[in-house]
Amino acid sequence: MSAVVVVGAGIVGAACAHSLSAAGAEVIVLDRGSVASGTTSRGEGNILVSDKEPGAELELARLSRDAWLEVGEELGRETLELEEKGGVVVAASPEALDALSSFAAAQRSAGVTALDVAEPRELEPHLRAGLAGGVLYPEDMQVQPVLAAAAMLEAAQRRGARFVAGADVVAGVRDASGRLTGVRTSAGEVIGADAVVNAAGTWGAQVSERLGGPVPVLPRRGFILVTEPLPPMVRHKVYSADYVANVSSSEAGLETSCVVEGTRGGTILIGASRERVGFDTTLDVDVVSTLASQATALFPFLERVNLLRVYRGFRPYCPDHLPVIGPDPRVPGLFHACGHEGAGIGLAPGTGRLIAHHVLGGGPLAPEVAARFTALLPDRFVQEA
Amino acid sequence: MPLSDLPPDGVVIVGAGPAGLACAATLLDQGDTFVTVLDAGSGAGGQYWRQPAPPADSSDPGALRPDAMRGLHHDLGTFAELRSRLEAGQAAGRASLLTDHHVWTVVAAEGGHVVHAVDRSGGPGRERAVELRARHLVIATGAHDRSLPFPGWDLPGVLTAGGLQALLKAGDVALGPRVAVGGTGPFLLPVAAGLADRGATVVGVFEANSPTRWLRELRAVAANRTKLAEGAGYAATLLRRRVPVRTRTMIVEAHGRERVEAVTVARLDASGHPRRDTHRRIEVDAVGVGWGFSPQLDLAVTLGCALTADASGTPVVQVDEWQRTSRSGVSAAGEACGVGGAALAVAEGRLAARGIVGASASDAETAGLREEVARLRAFAAAMHRAHPVPAGWADALRSETVVCRCEEVSAGTVRHAIAERGATDARQVKQLTRAGMGWCQGRVCGHAVELLAGGGSGSPAERLVSTPLPLGVLASRKSRAM
Repeated sequence: MSAVVVVGAGIVGAACAHSLSAAGAEVIVLDRGSVASGTTSRGEGNILVSDKEPGAELELARLSRDAWLEVGEELGRETLELEEKGGVVVAASPEALDALSSFAAAQRSAGVTALDVAEPRELEPHLRAGLAGGVLYPEDMQVQPVLAAAAMLEAAQRRGARFVAGADVVAGVRDASGRLTGVRTSAGEVIGADAVVNAAGTWGAQVSERLGGPVPVLPRRGFILVTEPLPPMVRHKVYSADYVANVSSSEAGLETSCVVEGTRGGTILIGASRERVGFDTTLDVDVVSTLASQATALFPFLERVNLLRVYRGFRPYCPDHLPVIGPDPRVPGLFHACGHEGAGIGLAPGTGRLIAHHVLGGGPLAPEVAARFTALLPDRFVQEA
Repeated sequence: MPLSDLPPDGVVIVGAGPAGLACAATLLDQGDTFVTVLDAGSGAGGQYWRQPAPPADSSDPGALRPDAMRGLHHDLGTFAELRSRLEAGQAAGRASLLTDHHVWTVVAAEGGHVVHAVDRSGGPGRERAVELRARHLVIATGAHDRSLPFPGWDLPGVLTAGGLQALLKAGDVALGPRVAVGGTGPFLLPVAAGLADRGATVVGVFEANSPTRWLRELRAVAANRTKLAEGAGYAATLLRRRVPVRTRTMIVEAHGRERVEAVTVARLDASGHPRRDTHRRIEVDAVGVGWGFSPQLDLAVTLGCALTADASGTPVVQVDEWQRTSRSGVSAAGEACGVGGAALAVAEGRLAARGIVGASASDAETAGLREEVARLRAFAAAMHRAHPVPAGWADALRSETVVCRCEEVSAGTVRHAIAERGATDARQVKQLTRAGMGWCQGRVCGHAVELLAGGGSGSPAERLVSTPLPLGVLASRKSRAM
């Protein structure tokens, strides 16, 4: 049996522990905080195919979507607040609708269900009048990230995994051949392992350096607005077509376009601002005001609705906006699973399966499936260096 | 209001209670800077000097009404003096008092800070976004009542001790005639005395701690004889009105159908747990329970001001000998620096003002203020040590007792998140159970959840938005800019 240390108890670490323990590995999860205390607790819980262009990330999103449904089957959809609510992308102008339509056409050829909608108000009656059109993505889903991470970690623990909260990994331990044989924690404890998975999210770059295989993961600040609880007013995840452009943008600075959705608790979430400002924790009133202005432009009823809180998170991103998943070619025994940017919740269970495949040499995925994800391997950063 | 409407180099004080008013008055006396004071309430005074609404036929709506406030306010003379200083400043064009202005966030900007407020003076539906530039910012945001859940605490007629007093101060005594007051701390005495003076039958003051705890604090008491006299005054009132004061006793349950009809009180054992064999049921029409106060730290936390812990372990803003925080251009005074009462808040407000105008550290007035602050802080620390929350405060909680009233989260759910899911602080409990996610954003239940999770609270909740505001008000900032 393989002993695997997973560094990070966010959604990705929890999903890795879940998949690895299901495949028979002996798993120890370490987190410097507690379960889901980092970026996982600062996200909307998006499980989206709608915002991804054809390629490795869309493949991972589709794999993850199936995996989420299986996790929901195993642990109970109620436990995770997993909901197949669907996403609606709307376009304000005919030009935006043209761009959206050709984006959706490419997605369809990659297997995504994308349905043209002439009048978005038939799906979302409280949208403003006069929108040019939209696309419905029935496969988009929603989950409560903290509940999902906690439930996957608990399921792994029932299969024998151990979870140590408050354990900061300060260094890797290597044998004479350079192979990683364990990690050293801030308490001075050495935990032996046949493999170490870096699932440290936004702090993945620091952890990768400590373990001897640096990968570039950078923080991107995002704000989410939460309203007072209301009776159900917004049924789907609703966003404007420019969001699709923003996700793959490499422009520095602020990009804002809002995603509006309702939650179980009745609150409405308005999210998706993204800025690259390092770990700056202050509130940017202009960003928050822009989100409010875009949301009220989509749904005029929101003007009278109270904002109750704003939360801020740091999305971990790699320079090419793809996650880094797989074995580090420089350090045998080290595997990366981070850099998922704003899509980490949605992509977590697929990442867990992919990691189990890499770590255990086979595992849950067929080789031809795993071959679709070579673009995500860490090798791309090693060759550049 | 466009930023240009106000001088760009003024001092902005958030809070018009004792600390904020004292700071404003001293700034106007000592300096030549423009002073703006904002307060969420409809008049100056804060919670401490809360005023009754003026009579409908009043020609001077701002007039003090000592008749209505009899026995409820200490040191009304100080309030009158501070307020008239501010009014003189307003008349001279050197000061502005913005009431019904609730500051929702503060951000750093070139040369100081920008204070973002929502102006509610127009009433619901007419809120406006207001921005003020501050060369220097003073956080004088005070404190709010600390409550702890117990079975029946969500029945109509069950209030916090502060809530009960606020009703009295607002001139509204439409409460039932039989009232029980519980919790801990010297604040329970004036609440009970005020009620008794207004004809309520106070069936008892149920103080969880023993007065003998004060015997360990004789130094602080000896140095603060006026506090002792104040306490003796209330005690005399209670004696005269035949109000029983029961120590080492707490209210463990409130009973009733439509509203509260009775309470059960219990004696506490030596380790602070209620003894079941001492349960006693008392019929009441209203209940006020107070476990002290929580400093209002939202703005300080958002700005990243360094915090420290007071004698009870509660996080408070850390300040230097001029009441300056760790953030340049930001001072703090009053309860935000640790709950200690109005006299301390006034001294700190004055000291903060002297720091801002660059007074000499060696002048007699500064030295006197520092001595006063140190003396009153020592008394506050003694008070925190003498009036802890008893270890057994949660013994009476049932699994179905609601802890978070906004989101209707029960004690059982919170305890499950802690015992079974490993939550170690209020933030994790919130993520797992929604406790603290509702309208009040955990201001009511946060302390209880933190205690249930076993923490005395290292880090306070972060609230980037410190009061609810309509999205349209925020959005209007953008449309104006475009």
